[in-house]
Amino acid sequence: MTTTTATRKASAKSGVKSGAKAHDQACVTLKEHIVEIISDSGEGAQRCGQSLGSIAARMGNGVWTTEIIPAEIRPPARSVAGASGNRIRIGSDYVTNGGDETDLVVAFNEQVLLGRVNARELKPGCIILLENMWRTHSDPNIVKSYGEVYDRLLKADYKVYEIPMEEECLKFTTNARRGKNMFVLGILCHIYNFDLQAGREQIALTFGKKEQSVIDANVVLLEAGYRWAKANIGFSFHIPATPTGKKQISINGNTSLALGVMASGMDICAMYPITPATSASHYLSEAFEKVGGIVHQAEDEIAACAFAIGASYAGKCALTITSGPGYSLKQEGLGLAVMAEIPLVVVNVQRGGPSTGQPTKIEQGDMLTAIFGSHGDAPKVVMAPSTIEDCFYAVITARRIAETFNTVVVILSDASLSSSQQPFDRPQFQESWLAPPIDQSPVPEGARPYDWDPVTGIAQRFIPGQPGGMHTVTGLAHDRDSHVAYDPDINQEGLRARSLKLAALQKTLLPPEVFGGKEGDLLVIGWGSTKGAIEEAVAALRAEGKKVSSTHLRFLQPMQPGIKEIMRRFKKVMTIETNWSDQPGDELIDADSRRYSALATLLRARYLVDVDCWTEVRGQPVKPRTIRQVLLAKLEK
Amino acid sequence: MKLSATKQLLELYKEQLALEDYQSGVPRWCTGCGDNAILTAVQRLCRDEGLRPEKTVFVSGIGCSSRFPHYMKTYGFHGIHGRAFPVAEGIKMSRPDLTVFVNTGDGDCCSIGAAHWIHALRYNMNMTVFLHDNQIYGLTKKQASPTSPIGTRSNTTPRGSYLEALNPLTVSLGVSNVSFIAQAVDWIPETLFEIVRAAYHHTGFSFVRIIQRCPEWLPKALDPWLQDPARVQLVHHANGVQISPNLARVYKNQVEHDPLDIHRAREIASNTELIPVGILYRNPEVPCYEDTRHSGALRTVEMIRKSFEAEVDKYSV
Repeated sequence: MTTTTATRKASAKSGVKSGAKAHDQACVTLKEHIVEIISDSGEGAQRCGQSLGSIAARMGNGVWTTEIIPAEIRPPARSVAGASGNRIRIGSDYVTNGGDETDLVVAFNEQVLLGRVNARELKPGCIILLENMWRTHSDPNIVKSYGEVYDRLLKADYKVYEIPMEEECLKFTTNARRGKNMFVLGILCHIYNFDLQAGREQIALTFGKKEQSVIDANVVLLEAGYRWAKANIGFSFHIPATPTGKKQISINGNTSLALGVMASGMDICAMYPITPATSASHYLSEAFEKVGGIVHQAEDEIAACAFAIGASYAGKCALTITSGPGYSLKQEGLGLAVMAEIPLVVVNVQRGGPSTGQPTKIEQGDMLTAIFGSHGDAPKVVMAPSTIEDCFYAVITARRIAETFNTVVVILSDASLSSSQQPFDRPQFQESWLAPPIDQSPVPEGARPYDWDPVTGIAQRFIPGQPGGMHTVTGLAHDRDSHVAYDPDINQEGLRARSLKLAALQKTLLPPEVFGGKEGDLLVIGWGSTKGAIEEAVAALRAEGKKVSSTHLRFLQPMQPGIKEIMRRFKKVMTIETNWSDQPGDELIDADSRRYSALATLLRARYLVDVDCWTEVRGQPVKPRTIRQVLLAKLEK
Repeated sequence: MKLSATKQLLELYKEQLALEDYQSGVPRWCTGCGDNAILTAVQRLCRDEGLRPEKTVFVSGIGCSSRFPHYMKTYGFHGIHGRAFPVAEGIKMSRPDLTVFVNTGDGDCCSIGAAHWIHALRYNMNMTVFLHDNQIYGLTKKQASPTSPIGTRSNTTPRGSYLEALNPLTVSLGVSNVSFIAQAVDWIPETLFEIVRAAYHHTGFSFVRIIQRCPEWLPKALDPWLQDPARVQLVHHANGVQISPNLARVYKNQVEHDPLDIHRAREIASNTELIPVGILYRNPEVPCYEDTRHSGALRTVEMIRKSFEAEVDKYSV
């Protein structure tokens, strides 16, 4: 961030009530900024933030938006835990993650703001635009608490600007609660020097389904906010854009997954509502069904899994979408699909666990359960998209793998990908993405339903409707004719075949790419949504001359080839994950007792390499700054 | 041998399938087990109706009864305990052209799979369900099931079971969208077959509870009804099951009941002293979930492409 005299002047305004006419219209050029808009639930901060992100993307800026979601639908108004909103990282270049702390926050009340302060989410000296209606509220308790928080913020050296949002909005609408968000959007368009016309277009798109009068009313508020800011706010920022020149779309990870489902040619999605996975199904229910796809909301998670298995068994590969607790419930069904060799795609949008855990928060806690879950040996393919774009292509790949190898493919997304939004190159539809029509041709004489290939373990499945292919699939141990096996050798053969399929897939995978130098002092290995933050930290350290590199695994089972060779070229190897690992500093934790993180456990066991790990489970996306500190410490150790 | 489509149809028309064409393997049920009677009735149905073996799927869960698909020379899905219904629903949704049957037991359906059973009734998908109810867990060797009469001595209830038996008929008749409920007993093969056939011909979720003997674990449990035909109540109607003169001579306890009358059906079903045999409820007007959900649109590549592009357009920046 570039600091100029003008920003320092703006800083000096700290605490000055904004009613005063702005006198300093200096514009500061920045490389990036993180903006946050927070309110009580239902006041529209989410929509304001998403719109701001889309406008920035239209301007050609790099963008990463992160939802700030309270756990309850309607938490009490003005509560510390009730912050609802959006956090937008706007950059000159492509932005790969949510970044560090916030530079500028707009708060509709002081209590939700307090929640963010307590969570240490604001940068020191952060600019705060605070709704000031509470200062003159009829309830003396509110007036008192507003005053206290305001003073506390000033004392903490935040640059606080009180904004008469309610008062200004009431000039244009009778219900300021419904329109404040667009007023704020106007203010932000001014502050960031965004084209007001782009704002108008975004409103037209956002409210596209509503009547013209709704769009017009919102545009009036947008313009009012812009005008007010121009007249009253004495600073503004310019974040030069570097447009890619390519057509882009901006969506969150769940929409990306859902678009992937459409593009993969799958026909049926069976699900049960669970946070944070459900929005993918919401989107599918709307869009997928227009093209004859079906979203079945089952009576429970087990039924959703069994329904998808039945649909897959009789036709094209189907999918089920869930999150941790639902994934646990599906385990027996997944074992059945593995045993009967029925293709199935399972999406697990991970959240904090165990048990109900943190439904709206970020964690990568389900890797080992995805790989080893279900009783007995149930080999499944486990993929981990690491970007929002990846979420889209992962589903298409997963469908193909599931049908090629007749097995279960688990896609591990997480609450960070599901609730973040990022522009990426518009996918170019390809017919080859679609599932082929199901085989209904007669089965050749003598062909057997589980004619396992001795090398790859793959057998061609017979689909109901194929004459001559009649057989009963079973979760019991079975022979090549799908007859229940009573012979000990047959069980041995079946387990071998199902395991070999993973090896066969493994032989088709490419080694992971290394970010940074091919060799050095420290290699960081990650998986899933942490990719952008890890690479940002690695790039920063490399710029300082540190010999740090990273690699990110997209397949967790089977693992890509060449991982051991990559690790060998570095003096130290560690993983960065958002799941649990014991802290070496704890009194009882030593080499004998330490529980490593999921990926570190796996890498240590598979490659006999002393892989260390650093993890945190704060339910937040891990910040590049935090990773940087961890890596520096590891380098020095 | 390659044939033209027309030729293939003509070949199909010529083909007459016999009972053996539906039989697979030798059932491993105990001698005298009621499952054998059900298998015979169902194989006869398949032959009489000329069901294409490759277009027919029998789905089951776990338990003695759930071995059923292995003995049919059709497609079969022997799944996991309690989950036969959702598997069958997935099959039917994916492939409405297939004829789907479900074989489930009193443990599979009324205990571990009870949630799915309630919802399967409500979905009303077009499939035929046989609840093989022998009032005991057989495969795990004699534990009380939800339909075991109170006082049933079993390995988990050595001093007699503690709870009143669950009545699958009244439960089913209480669920919205219920469309076909019937009851049969394994020892009257003639009505068993008539009911199985009526169930097959009903469009919707046809639920047939079949009270069957378990000679191994509860050999005498049904003796009072076997020995006293008056305790079996034949439910008949012009729109239901008709009673043959032979049957009428043995089973004199008969009641005429219109299967459209759900209140009366509930009344008949509630009588636990008697075993009603016949069609208790049938309503062909209840919509099937798969029909409601399928738009009828053909999923062509062009259609998917167009819709995909339209969606992506919405998110263009």
